[in-house]
Amino acid sequence: MRQQPKGNAFFYLGGAITLVMTLLILVGLVWTPYSPSAMDPAAMTCPPSPAHLLGTDNFGRDIFSRVLEGAGTSFLIAVGVVAIGCAAGTLIGALCGYFGGLPDLVLTRVCDAITAFPSFLLALVIVSVMGKGASNVVLALGILFIPSFARVVRGEFARCRDLNYIRSARLMGVGNVRILFCHILPNTRSVLLPALTIGFNNAILSEASMSYLGIGVQPTQPSLGSMLSDSQTYLGSAPWYALGVGGTMVLMILGFSLLSEGLQQRSRRSG
Amino acid sequence: MSFAAKKLITLIITLFIVSLLAFLAFQIIPGDPTTDLLGTEASQEARAALRAELGLDRPALVRYWDWLTSFLTGDMGESYNYRLPVSGLLGEKLVITGVLALMSFLFTIALSIPLGILAGSVRSPALDKLVAALDQVVMSVPPFFVGILVCYLFGTVLRVFVPGDFVSYTQDWGAFLSYLVLPALSMALPRVAMTVKMLRGSILSQLGEDYVRTARSRGLTRWAVLRRHVLKNALLPVITFLAVSAAEIMTSSIVIEQVFTIPGVGRLLLSSISNRDFPVVQAIVVILAAWIVAVNFVADLLYQAADPRIRLR
Repeated sequence: MRQQPKGNAFFYLGGAITLVMTLLILVGLVWTPYSPSAMDPAAMTCPPSPAHLLGTDNFGRDIFSRVLEGAGTSFLIAVGVVAIGCAAGTLIGALCGYFGGLPDLVLTRVCDAITAFPSFLLALVIVSVMGKGASNVVLALGILFIPSFARVVRGEFARCRDLNYIRSARLMGVGNVRILFCHILPNTRSVLLPALTIGFNNAILSEASMSYLGIGVQPTQPSLGSMLSDSQTYLGSAPWYALGVGGTMVLMILGFSLLSEGLQQRSRRSG
Repeated sequence: MSFAAKKLITLIITLFIVSLLAFLAFQIIPGDPTTDLLGTEASQEARAALRAELGLDRPALVRYWDWLTSFLTGDMGESYNYRLPVSGLLGEKLVITGVLALMSFLFTIALSIPLGILAGSVRSPALDKLVAALDQVVMSVPPFFVGILVCYLFGTVLRVFVPGDFVSYTQDWGAFLSYLVLPALSMALPRVAMTVKMLRGSILSQLGEDYVRTARSRGLTRWAVLRRHVLKNALLPVITFLAVSAAEIMTSSIVIEQVFTIPGVGRLLLSSISNRDFPVVQAIVVILAAWIVAVNFVADLLYQAADPRIRLR
């Protein structure tokens, strides 16, 4: 097919936003302009200014520094969730898709049943059972993200199983493990990458919703969700607080969703 | 066996599994509800008496069966905290959340289908890009942040809406419904963006099919082809998607109720989770799950009514 003249604007724009946000967050993990918890009685609820890029909150704490710290927490949680979901999901999906049979049938049914329910509701139940806190949020969401990865990976492995190059590899005596992870896995890139970016967004969103509701990360450890809930009280006196926190969240999600859209367009065009 | 009957059996089995899981999940919890109710200072005898009163001294499966049979007759047990029947606590809140979710769903349909058809049928590269970009941005805004923005815009800037000034339907239906308009819109907005994107993609891919060219060559106008042939096919995947939406609206209402301080099921669920009031949590989880399963069932039926090919599979 003839290459479309339109450049993949989504991919580059999304990549740029994600890159900038990730760099800011990485810097924020080791250095922030002010201490995120330092209160300055002389500068309470200041609107954004060169000294305080996003203004200050009701205690005179620098919102930009707090947003950096909170975004770092959200980012690390999302990375943990996606890591658990992707690693376990890929393993299950690969085995199910490649070997098939009864285990495949049962696991596929179970995955279908889990994905039929909004992961947010299930996460609420798990956290209410296991208790609040960052590690439980990561675990709950991570487990719930397994089926979505297992599903896409399973499809790819089932498709590749009987392709000629895999048959040839098998005839040459290549072991199953090597076929699974060295021959097929690299070819699932085109579905795995968009799944990763979408999963990352869902993780950010779910964590933010849970922390906003006060059942995720505890207030001592600021995350974007709990800060947003806090900022709502000061919507009248310090609207920049909510806008700064929410805007950061939107930028993070937007970057990744543009990236995934771009990746999908790219694989559609080449495939 | 007919398609509907098969689906109905799956539905009942799923509901049974879900209710069993919801019940068992709350049996493995570390901690003891009697400690929460009586405090750590209570004597062993007082605790044993309370356990017997709450029925916690019997095996889990026996309690599950009792709970299930009484649940089906409308008796959902008693709240640990309020010492009131759960059904009484839930009644009004279910109506509030139900109306909110229904309103939001209607907004989603009313906005997304015309917009999606418009975006899919107008041929203009500039509009294409604008729609795609707008879609991406709107989809990236979490519903509860939309809610906060709406509170700020209508509450603080325009002063036409007072967040927290909720009136229940038992007092005034008009005030109740008008308070719910903005929360329902906040929930609908990201869904509208997703549905528009989906419908637009669906229409564009259908327009590339051979039957469209055939119909056009018979002299039908673009609009007639769209209305009589393309839309029938393009709306099919949207039905499934809207069913998923209907299920997810229920869960996003949990968050939106918090943003707009609406005393619905979501807020009751959250306070019950914090207070470890498990009979209430159980009842709400099972009701929400039943709702989701039922919506998927209806979607399956609609889908096969709209597309008879499904029945053959």
